[in-house]
Amino acid sequence: MSFLLPCPNCGPRDVDEFSCTGEVTVRPKSSPTARELRSYLYFRANVAGVQREWWYHRDGCELWFQAERDTRTNEVVRTWIPEPASTPAAQ
Amino acid sequence: MRLAPQPGERIDRGNTVDREGSIVFTFDGRPVRAFPGDTIGSALFASGQRVFSRSFKYHRPRGLLCCGGHCPNCMMTVDGAPNVRACTVPVAGGERVVTQNVLGSLQRDLMSVTDKIGGPFTPVGFYYRTMIRPRWAWPYYEKFLRHAAGLGKVDKHHERSTRFDTEHRRAEVLVVGGGSAGFAAARKAAAEGRHVVLVDEGPDLLPESVGDAGFEIIAPARALGLWEGGLVPVEAGTTLYRFRAEKIVVATGATEQPLLFPGNDLVGVMLPGAIRRMVDFWALKPGNRAVVVTADDRGLEAAEKLRGVGVHIAQIADLRHERVRQIAAKGKRGHLRSVELDGKQIACDLLVMSGGAQPNYSLLAQLGAKVEYDAARGMFVPIELPDNVEAVGAAAGDIGPTAVPAATYNGAAGKGKCFVCVCEDVTDKDVKRAIAEGFDSIELAKRYTTVTMGPCQGKLCHVPSIRLYARETETDETSIGTTTARPPWAPVSLGLLAGRLHEPGKRTSMHHRHKDLGAKIMWTGSWRRPHSYGDPQAEAKNVHENIGVIDVSTLGKLLVRGPEAGAFLDRLYPNRFSDLKAGRIRYGVLQTDSGRIMDDGTIARLDDDTFYVTTTSTGVNAVLQWFGWWNAVWRMDAEIVDVTGALAAVNVAGPKARTLMERLTDLDVSNEGIKYLDAVQGSVAGVPCLILRIGFVGELGYEIHFPTTFGEYFLDTLLEQGADLGIRPFGLEPQRVLRLEKMHILVGQDTDSESNILEANMGWLAKWDKDEFVGRWSLEYVQQRDVRENLVGFVVDDGIVPAEGTQIVQEGKSIGRVTSSRWSPELGQAIGMGWVPPDLAHEGARIAIKVDGKLAAASVRLRSFFDPDGEQLKS
Repeated sequence: MSFLLPCPNCGPRDVDEFSCTGEVTVRPKSSPTARELRSYLYFRANVAGVQREWWYHRDGCELWFQAERDTRTNEVVRTWIPEPASTPAAQ
Repeated sequence: MRLAPQPGERIDRGNTVDREGSIVFTFDGRPVRAFPGDTIGSALFASGQRVFSRSFKYHRPRGLLCCGGHCPNCMMTVDGAPNVRACTVPVAGGERVVTQNVLGSLQRDLMSVTDKIGGPFTPVGFYYRTMIRPRWAWPYYEKFLRHAAGLGKVDKHHERSTRFDTEHRRAEVLVVGGGSAGFAAARKAAAEGRHVVLVDEGPDLLPESVGDAGFEIIAPARALGLWEGGLVPVEAGTTLYRFRAEKIVVATGATEQPLLFPGNDLVGVMLPGAIRRMVDFWALKPGNRAVVVTADDRGLEAAEKLRGVGVHIAQIADLRHERVRQIAAKGKRGHLRSVELDGKQIACDLLVMSGGAQPNYSLLAQLGAKVEYDAARGMFVPIELPDNVEAVGAAAGDIGPTAVPAATYNGAAGKGKCFVCVCEDVTDKDVKRAIAEGFDSIELAKRYTTVTMGPCQGKLCHVPSIRLYARETETDETSIGTTTARPPWAPVSLGLLAGRLHEPGKRTSMHHRHKDLGAKIMWTGSWRRPHSYGDPQAEAKNVHENIGVIDVSTLGKLLVRGPEAGAFLDRLYPNRFSDLKAGRIRYGVLQTDSGRIMDDGTIARLDDDTFYVTTTSTGVNAVLQWFGWWNAVWRMDAEIVDVTGALAAVNVAGPKARTLMERLTDLDVSNEGIKYLDAVQGSVAGVPCLILRIGFVGELGYEIHFPTTFGEYFLDTLLEQGADLGIRPFGLEPQRVLRLEKMHILVGQDTDSESNILEANMGWLAKWDKDEFVGRWSLEYVQQRDVRENLVGFVVDDGIVPAEGTQIVQEGKSIGRVTSSRWSPELGQAIGMGWVPPDLAHEGARIAIKVDGKLAAASVRLRSFFDPDGEQLKS
């Protein structure tokens, strides 16, 4: 991992400045079944291809943003600040 | 001895008639003179030294071969640093140069017996076959091998003398290699107005071209690899440049390849580049009578150069025009004496061999370029370059007309060792043996024979070994293929990769006062904190009896402010904060959606919109990220600010704490004025403070937060004003005793990645009537599945303090574990906390703890050992 990641605030920066917390997951809306909960907590798509991820500009502006990155090539398709969710659980 | 001044020579002879040089270094204890501009290698050669090292396995004498920093032949220990290539290291004067890998001396190396005896200790992989029996003898074998193997010795007692630095740099165009193609590419890009940096290994860089190049040149420097995103680490002595380049031009040139024939490692056998550098740079005469065998123009150019300085050229064999079947170099004591070409003996002391040049494609291949075998020229060329990378010059395959040399020139007689790899002393026979033993792929054969795994990393042996492999397996180079190119491309010291020693130690604003007070300082995460001030037991006791003060500036401190701050915290914590009254405090535990406890702390509401959140000392960064992440999801109207560094904090605790507070503030500090769990802002000792009345250590206590700059003054004032009350500072160790007496958990010590608040006996925190909070669903699941273990306290009979981490056992099986344990001087008991099965999680249950192989009996306690009803705390 040595690519550049464009922070929506700061522009392209060394990936070392960021923390990645993995792919964007869908949080259940309310009272999930055990299966839904397990799937949300422990299962990931782990795609070989373009994936939506959460990134944090740890050594920079401390912004949380999302990125689309190709997990095979580390090509970053785009980064953006996510829109406010209509309901908190909709993320 | 030097030649007459050569045009463009690198050495500075000054206006002296001195023919030996003006600066001095020592070589194996004897002084050697050099001119400014010399390298250690060139000065040694000028002084008459011909043997520079002994080879890896056979300890054969070796002399200058490439003079370009690639081959292992001139590796020496310079000022304690092993494996320095003397041929490229400039002389500064005063160096202590020592030969390595010899038993005895360079001239008479006792280990060279391995070259003579042959037998079981010489073929490749011998140690796999001969040193396995008898089994008991392995330690002796190992001792012998450890001593014999490896090159150079690391001086374990050598003090850190070099400071390494990492520098982050950018360039629009980074040119790797300063040959003519690299320079042309750099000039062109610079003329287009682009920001260009050129890095070069140094030896061949033309000094006159450096002056007004119009772009930055870093030399001597080596690009270690190409990584994704245009990252190019460049080693330049004690600095590692991490270049980010928009475009990378690889102009790494080509490496001259040796020919394979018996005696091809004798002292006096050289590559054409060595001739060129020796004559042009340092005015050295490489020999007196030379034979040249060449597959390309490089050998002819070398011959021309030699002629120009008075070397007699006895024979030139141009492999492009004449067929040579057999070459054999013969010598005496490792020095070349004659060459036999197809049966014809030619006396000589210099043999220039050129097996063509192999483009240096490694950097390109690291980034994904493919490599293709060019059968017409007998070399591998890079194809399909990655984006933003360009190859120019010889690196791209522009190496001139070349004959494809034979795999070996052993001929029928084939006496003497024919080296495929001079670094690791691997002969053609070793390669044939590996093939016969079934190592049928180049990658496997590489690992078995160690060809390409020596100091040159394949620069001189990769292509010849593939060629030999193709012949022996009766296939071709394309089907054999290359081994994987990996960084680093050039040798690099571990110190440079490690960089400067970075151990950031955070100190509180009172740190130096603690030291003045005799504190024993310890690491807690990245913080430096007082373990104690010499007597932890007495310090703990003093908190119970009088008054103690502890620096808790390390606590994480976050301000959460905004109209929705309360609602935000309600969603993050299992309990409720939106209904917390301004000026009041509540304890909170953060948990993940999987229900795992991640941090704890107190939350004070300062006003309607503002909450002051404290976290554990080591958890603040994780909590800050956690809060930020959830608010990136929820986008609630609340801002989060980390004020950890801005505010210092002390905890003043003990029965006399109120008396001290009365002396320091006009605030009403009575039990009604500042109640338990009140948060009050006001002036203490003239300093604006936030006073949190909480009790981590169990006694009446005030946690006072104030601007960091007042740290020393505030602590001084407390100690001064409380002197007659018996105030003493206390450290982390007494605090751990005190909190254990109260059964207050330490997240990460008493909890782990499996712990949830239900099983940690903090189920009361969960407010189930709230709509939602992080981790709720997992807690519901825990409720359904029933608790599996509980965190409880225990008192050990007979006052035995079990080690933390000890097993709690039942009928010989482990059923739980001790997480905290201490001797409590206040209670006169050995107390602790640990995890036990639910059926033992009741007051008075008997458990057994394994201590030193025996069982210690203990009784479970569910309520805090000290002041279970909190009467002292709330007094």
